[in-house]
Amino acid sequence: MKIRVNGEGVQLKQPIQTVEELLHHLNLEKKSLIIEHNHIILKKDQHRESQVSDGDQFEIVHFVGGG
Amino acid sequence: MLSDNRYHRQMLFEPIGEAGQRSIQESHVLIIGVGALGSSSSEMLVRAGVGKITLMDRDYVEESNLQRQQLFSEEDVKNQTPKVIAAKNRLQAINSHTIIEAKVIDVGVEELDSIAEEVDVIIDATDNFDTRLIINDICQKYRKPWVYGACVASYGVTFTVLPDETPCLQCLMDHIPNDGATCDTVGIISPAVQMVVAHQVTEVIKLLTDNQDALSGKLIAFDLWKNQQMELKVATLKDENCPSCSQAKYPNLEYQAQVKTAVLCGRNTVQIRAGTQKNFHFIQFKEHLKDLNLTNFFSNPYLVSFEIDPFRIVVFKDGRTLIHGTKNPQEAKKLYYRFVG
Ligand SMILES: [Zn+2]
Repeated sequence: MKIRVNGEGVQLKQPIQTVEELLHHLNLEKKSLIIEHNHIILKKDQHRESQVSDGDQFEIVHFVGGG
Repeated sequence: MLSDNRYHRQMLFEPIGEAGQRSIQESHVLIIGVGALGSSSSEMLVRAGVGKITLMDRDYVEESNLQRQQLFSEEDVKNQTPKVIAAKNRLQAINSHTIIEAKVIDVGVEELDSIAEEVDVIIDATDNFDTRLIINDICQKYRKPWVYGACVASYGVTFTVLPDETPCLQCLMDHIPNDGATCDTVGIISPAVQMVVAHQVTEVIKLLTDNQDALSGKLIAFDLWKNQQMELKVATLKDENCPSCSQAKYPNLEYQAQVKTAVLCGRNTVQIRAGTQKNFHFIQFKEHLKDLNLTNFFSNPYLVSFEIDPFRIVVFKDGRTLIHGTKNPQEAKKLYYRFVG
């Protein structure tokens, strides 16, 4: 299964069902972030239901605190 | 002669023009934090001719700042000059017409409450989310725009919050990230700072010159090293039940006037600030310390520092104290009560 994250191709070796699983897989679950899935901005409570399919595009922006 | 030429190139830029330049010169910008982001944005705005700039920061200049905090010099490190004072000196040399108000304080609710009304926009140049959330709610309370900006490693992120229009930071963040990624743990490269500031200052200039239509409206992020750029239209995330921007509850402004400790992320330092009404007699305190023959005792008009092995203690004029060498608030408080009272 291949998806795009922030413009880069990502090959997923194990099957990923939901956006929540994807975040876990990408090691991003601790971050506070906003996700655009195929050009639609997701609300937090949609992470669990949103299904990931081959060829999907994601833009992920996480908040950082440094300055 | 200088005044005719000074802003010519900026006024030639059509969306600004003569009227825009006048607005810039009549404006008051508050910059919270004068580290890397604040050094850069204050320099740009002073050069742009902003009428008045207020700078707030709690820290003094250290050697590790020089790699990216463009207003500071080796001399400032040697003198342990508070950042806002060092910044003011440099900025005033760049543009003597801008009024620069420098405040050596740890920004909290009271400090912002007393100034928010009189400023046109607030630039976030802090290094922590606690202060950002206070800024967020203060700006909702006083209906002021503010520009979030932050960076770490080669990554940066920025967003302009407009009361009554855009989502606020509280809407966008479901929790404060605690992944340990700070400038002190994973580093920071200077171009990431400048990129965030380029976005922040451009947005501020749009706001000051009545070019609201040109505002980005997007959550913008980039990673310069990975060659990535992200722009998300987050308008749909404005939360109807947000306690900060929809219900006017301002949860981040709730405050207890008591001794507060904060562990400064990644710095092995605890900051202690006393309750609000306590009077601190800096001069007497300094005199008293002088008699104690403390190791590496140092003082300037803004702070004193000394060592109690293995700690280094820095006490600012307002009584606020940094205990370097510990992450333990209890241990830090013990030292605080021993020397500061
Ligand atoms: Zn909100």
